[in-house]
Amino acid sequence: MKSITIRKILLAAATGFMTAFTSLAASAADPFKIGFVYVSPIGDAGWTFQHDQGRLEMEGKLGDKVETKYIESVPEGGEAERVIRQFASDGYGLVFTTSFGYMNPTIKVAKRFPEVIFEHATGYKSAKNVGTYVARFYEGRYLAGIVAGSMTKSNVAGYVAAFPIPEVLRGINAFTLGMRSVNPEATVKVIWVNSWFDPGREREAADVLIAQGADVVTHHTDSTAVVQAAEEKDGVWSVGYHSDMSKYGPTSHLTAATHHWGSFYTKIAQDVLAGTWKSENIWWGMKEGMIDIAPLNSVVPAEAAARVEEAKKQIIDGSMHPFQGPINDQDGKEAVAAGAVMTDDELSKMEWYVEGVEGKLPK
Amino acid sequence: MIRIEPRPQPSRLMSYLSPLIAVALTLVTGIIFSGLVGMNPLDAFHAFFIAPIDDLYGLGELGVKAAPLMLIAVGLAIGFRSNVWNIGAEGQLTAGAIVGGGLALLFYQVDGVWVLPLMVLGGAVGGMAWASIPALLKTRFNTNEILVSLMLNYVAIFLLSYLVHDPWRDPDGFNFPESRLFSDAAMLPVVLEDTRLHLGSVFALIAVVLGWVFVRKSFVGFQMQVAGLADSAALYAGFRRRRMVWIGLLVGGAMAGIAGLCEVAGPIGQLLPSVSPGYGYAAIIVAFVGRLHPVGILLASLLMSLLYLGGESAQMELGLPSAITGVFQGVLLFYLLAADMFINFRLHVVTPTVGAASGKAAS
Amino acid sequence: MTETVIGILLATLGAGTPLVFAALGELVTEKSGVLNLGVEGMMIVGAVCGFAVAAESGNLWLGVMASVLAGTGMALVFGVLTLTFQSNQVAAGLALTIFGIGLSAYIGLDYTSVALTGIANIHIPVLSDIPVAGPLLFSLDPLLYCSFLMFAAIAYFLYRTKAGLLLRAIGESPESAVSLGYPVIAIRYLAVLFGGAMAGLAGAYLALVYTPLWVEAMTAGRGWIALALVVFATWRPGRVMVGAYLFGGVTIIQFHVQGFGVDIPSQLLSMLPYLATIVVLVLISRDINAIRLNAPASLGKAYHPSV
Repeated sequence: MKSITIRKILLAAATGFMTAFTSLAASAADPFKIGFVYVSPIGDAGWTFQHDQGRLEMEGKLGDKVETKYIESVPEGGEAERVIRQFASDGYGLVFTTSFGYMNPTIKVAKRFPEVIFEHATGYKSAKNVGTYVARFYEGRYLAGIVAGSMTKSNVAGYVAAFPIPEVLRGINAFTLGMRSVNPEATVKVIWVNSWFDPGREREAADVLIAQGADVVTHHTDSTAVVQAAEEKDGVWSVGYHSDMSKYGPTSHLTAATHHWGSFYTKIAQDVLAGTWKSENIWWGMKEGMIDIAPLNSVVPAEAAARVEEAKKQIIDGSMHPFQGPINDQDGKEAVAAGAVMTDDELSKMEWYVEGVEGKLPK
Repeated sequence: MIRIEPRPQPSRLMSYLSPLIAVALTLVTGIIFSGLVGMNPLDAFHAFFIAPIDDLYGLGELGVKAAPLMLIAVGLAIGFRSNVWNIGAEGQLTAGAIVGGGLALLFYQVDGVWVLPLMVLGGAVGGMAWASIPALLKTRFNTNEILVSLMLNYVAIFLLSYLVHDPWRDPDGFNFPESRLFSDAAMLPVVLEDTRLHLGSVFALIAVVLGWVFVRKSFVGFQMQVAGLADSAALYAGFRRRRMVWIGLLVGGAMAGIAGLCEVAGPIGQLLPSVSPGYGYAAIIVAFVGRLHPVGILLASLLMSLLYLGGESAQMELGLPSAITGVFQGVLLFYLLAADMFINFRLHVVTPTVGAASGKAAS
Repeated sequence: MTETVIGILLATLGAGTPLVFAALGELVTEKSGVLNLGVEGMMIVGAVCGFAVAAESGNLWLGVMASVLAGTGMALVFGVLTLTFQSNQVAAGLALTIFGIGLSAYIGLDYTSVALTGIANIHIPVLSDIPVAGPLLFSLDPLLYCSFLMFAAIAYFLYRTKAGLLLRAIGESPESAVSLGYPVIAIRYLAVLFGGAMAGLAGAYLALVYTPLWVEAMTAGRGWIALALVVFATWRPGRVMVGAYLFGGVTIIQFHVQGFGVDIPSQLLSMLPYLATIVVLVLISRDINAIRLNAPASLGKAYHPSV
């Protein structure tokens, strides 16, 4: 244990540093500082890459009014709190924490720094100075499902997934519903690779799905390996995720469910700058441009393309919701009644498969 | 011509100097590197070594990070000294977190002073149980402990992932893979106000002292050292190799298990799919940099944590990618390993004569 | 059904090949008495250098060469530390892995969203049309064929040539080899460098054939598995092949089990390849004689000629 004297000296030293720091921060009319905490390296080509694109877009739009910094590869758990706090104590006015596992650390730090504003992605806990945001990824998945459903000949699609969390399940279910909206015979096989980030395993899982009869494969993992695996096989299509992956599968890539954070980050930064920000639970989708699908491959028949276009329009104007009843669960029992639409609350807890997904849900 | 020749006795001076030489050489390399990429070396130095610990919180974080490294490395060093190569500390840490954290969840509604001690004990038992597998296989079937302990790292992490995805999932957690937050009675108290420095750091210091006593003062410690120096000598002396394997692995496992428990009951406060950012692997380096000596390990773990914290602050202040941290950790180790040669060897300048050359071949 | 089986076997070949390269290389290194735990680090630097060179030059084979050189370069660092500076081999190997993972991430910063068409399969005319055997043996990618060749060459070298005998003798007893006048350190250097070159090839296979892309940490622990395979194989090349395909096969089969919808938590299935490795290790090591016969007696011990 530290003796009282050492503690006093340390405290005094710390106070000295803090005073020096605050005076320094106050003296300069610096741009507004915004911090980003990333779970993987920005070069992961998937989740973090898209968020960093959003950060750059915001920087581009707001110019020298803002200054952004990021820290990448911050593990979820014990490490995150320090990094988030570092931003808060270094005079950053707004901090985006971009992974689910940052939820509790973000809330903890936010309590200590009530004047700093935090935005946490994909979580469910908020506070006066903590907002949450998530994209309606399932809207893109549903449209991608329509494309896949129109192209499959074997009526089997393969889905390489990372971990069975609600967000991934929403994606699988929406993709399945989209497929079956044009092709009621279609089924989806799922393989869990238990990693966000292992191209070798992703490819192996894709190979297996193809060997088991899937002629369209898609993924909810972070690399392009699944698209590339499909490209090597004749008569197998792929649907990408995160961003347009067509350059990895020039012939086989049908489309991709994509997510875009630039306008959201810009809006939040503007709100905070204008003093109009308040803590909200934001779900943005196609309407706001946070979700989209990549341009369709030219092999997709015009009829299917038209259906996708129409569904997209309906989702945007609100006349259609991918999770509107009637929806049966895997065992054929009615899960959502005709005319009903799943609420955001129900969606955020989703832990069941819709009819058409094969295999039991692992937990 | 310079020749490398063994010293008659290991140099005490060099064993103290070589870590300093290695650190100095790493600094020089860092300065050259920052010059090459057009950075002010002073800025880089400041970002890496000063900024992370320029306030009380930062110093606390140094302790938060060093504590698990210290605990694990002290335990591992005891095995390494007798040539028991346990590189499964990551798995043993996870097993400790599972058992200790499981107790926290079991006694979630119980508010007793005995909960925390029980959890610590559980952590130690979990780590020991996991380490007993390679020990059993080694002593009974002669199975290589490096590989078994390594393979078990993966198994432990999958086991934890399974537990937090299903049986131990937070019932109110929107089906995300996290346990509920531990109750206050199950959390390690903070020992330094306004920081996250928790009781685990005290455990780590106690471990250093006990490790020192074990190595220097106890008969078993002496036996193990002899066993490490020469297997045959130990056999002649009647020491039993099997016992060394058991002690080496169980002590290492117990320490790693306690470290794991301290992580989940300290900075994390719940069970997550991944509870360690690779402490089990980093501790192996710490053990070697610390020369397998408890005091050396104390210093090495502080240095190693500083490098991690410095990597984060270098990202923030200089925009250096996180990859740099790994590169410099590697470089530091290379220098250290190279400098260590001079403990047992010295350079001998000889005049290049034919005699010297042939003398070498004949020796 | 046949197609599924062919699919499983093909996927197994692909999953096993990076392990074959890395493990065969490490086997040669270990036969000389040196334990290099840095396979993962050499492999990933090989992967990134291969990918970067292929992306810059547009020539995949130049990329493969770069991988080999990069792996060799990493092994040289290890060699200098352990053979010249007499460092602890375990520590040096671990340091090499940490360094390699960091270095590869740094080199690869600009290459993460670069698309590359991987090395294509060779369809041998006529033969590749044979049912079953055609797709399985005669329309694979060139590096896969190369792994078969390397296996044959290494097996021949170790057990049929004088140089191979010498290498094994050095691994058994460097003291007696040196007393016979052989340059032990130089030969160990060659063995270490060869191991690095092979780990580099394993990296090339991942980044240029198997998943032609670069992302950080893409080797995802395969280097460690390769190390396990060498012991698993009791230092015999044939068993390295069996082990590599077995490990790959278990991975593939557990995915198949999932695909068929069997109700077992996927995390438990994912443990299988590791548990299988442990079980086989136990079965093999029970026979102490087999280990004694094949394990290089001086493995992992630093050796200085004038000691």
